[in-house]
Amino acid sequence: MNAWFSQHRAALVRAVRRLLASPLNTLLSLLVIALAMALPLAGYVLLDNLKSLAGHASGNQQISLFMADDASRKDSAEIESRLKQAVPGAWRFVPREEALKRLQDSEGMAEIVASLPKNPLPDAFIVEPGERSPEALEALRQTFSQWPKVAHVQLDSAWVKRFDAFVRLGRMVVALLAAVFCAGLLAVTFNTIRLQVLANAAEIEVARLIGATDAFIRRPFQYFGALQGAAGGLLAGGGIVLALRWLAPPIGELASLYGAQYALAGPHALDLVAVALFGALLGWLGAHLSVSLSLRQLG
Amino acid sequence: MIQGSNLTKRYPGGFEALRGVSFEIAAGDMVFVTGHSGAGKTTLVKLIAAIERPTSGSLVVNGQNVAALRDSALPYLRRHFGLVFQDHKLLFDRSVLENVLLPLQITGFGAREAKKRALAALDKVGLLGREKAPPIALSGGEQQRLAIARAVVNRPSILLVDEPTGHLDANSAEAILDIFRDFNRVGVTVVLSTHDTQWVERYQPRLLQLDHGQLV
Repeated sequence: MNAWFSQHRAALVRAVRRLLASPLNTLLSLLVIALAMALPLAGYVLLDNLKSLAGHASGNQQISLFMADDASRKDSAEIESRLKQAVPGAWRFVPREEALKRLQDSEGMAEIVASLPKNPLPDAFIVEPGERSPEALEALRQTFSQWPKVAHVQLDSAWVKRFDAFVRLGRMVVALLAAVFCAGLLAVTFNTIRLQVLANAAEIEVARLIGATDAFIRRPFQYFGALQGAAGGLLAGGGIVLALRWLAPPIGELASLYGAQYALAGPHALDLVAVALFGALLGWLGAHLSVSLSLRQLG
Repeated sequence: MIQGSNLTKRYPGGFEALRGVSFEIAAGDMVFVTGHSGAGKTTLVKLIAAIERPTSGSLVVNGQNVAALRDSALPYLRRHFGLVFQDHKLLFDRSVLENVLLPLQITGFGAREAKKRALAALDKVGLLGREKAPPIALSGGEQQRLAIARAVVNRPSILLVDEPTGHLDANSAEAILDIFRDFNRVGVTVVLSTHDTQWVERYQPRLLQLDHGQLV
């Protein structure tokens, strides 16, 4: 155990030294890796924001129940008790008087409303279900429309479906991008490690002659690749965070022009950790493949 | 301890460096492999260290048939040996101490114990106090000593030495050979190849004399 620990520590120290030994090369490799990881990460953050934007845009995932004109308060009370069971807590009742009053409050509507002989608005319920998948919303709409004295159930499900399809497509594009850039990252690590192996051929030869196993020889390179990948991942994440911070004021301004409040959400700390870990894993793998191939060629 | 029978080594192109060589080296022996250049001395040392494989014949070291050993087992076999190469094979981007530490790192010694052993090995070859120097700052004889320190730091049971006196004047050569004799006296088996027969009288080793790839 002690031997294992000291071997790994020595390998880690060697890897760090190699990274620091040629700062310019290290920096360039890091930039390439960071770029490769930043693009899919940016796509991911964008999708995340789109989804939360959809959540913000209120009304779009609401279901509105309109009672029939001849429905009495008693009928409404019946629907109320059914909603209590179906979607507890996620609905509110809008009595026709309140609806009319709101309409009156809207600019330019007061006179029109005053000229009406009687209140044309029905009682209504607004339901905001917790489950927002298009299938679930559609199922609820069907249920509600079969209830007594319910005249109309409105769900902008086409919009929800379109948006959902768009997000799914976006997710696939991001996954594809990620796959392409992962391959790029592997190739970059493979290549830098290969150059290093060639530069350290003398050391590797000596180490093998005095009893080093291939695992021993690979180890510092693996650490090198992993460190490089992790650092590249963190750099990519940091870049995204900075870019979002830079974009936040103009986006807030834009949103306020549309009378909305919206702030971009950056990647979570956990996302950054995941990206760094993933970068480390890819770097490790690239280094492993590269050294194994080189060792076989060295004979 | 080392037993070769009917060893033949043929290189690509057909050159036979060794032809039907059989020998036996017992634990604690001091053996000089002698012969003209091209007689097969280095090849024999390389075969014993499993750096090269015999074309035919068998070679048993510590009860293991080296000729039939899997590649993945070679590192563990080599740890029984202390190897001193003709060209030293020192690492010039590391200090003297770090060169000696390498075999200990490979076998997995803790840092403190490794340093203690490395300094002891440097002491034995008379390089104590030079541990921070880069190998390039050492003279030819000192580089040879450094190579010896690296070879013995793991306390191997067999020392394999290829042409240790090639580039040295008589005094330095004698000092180097004395070091090997001292190790032999404490029980280490020493197999040493040299074209130089002037040392035979002083050290009285067992001789394996090669001539055009065959034992004389």
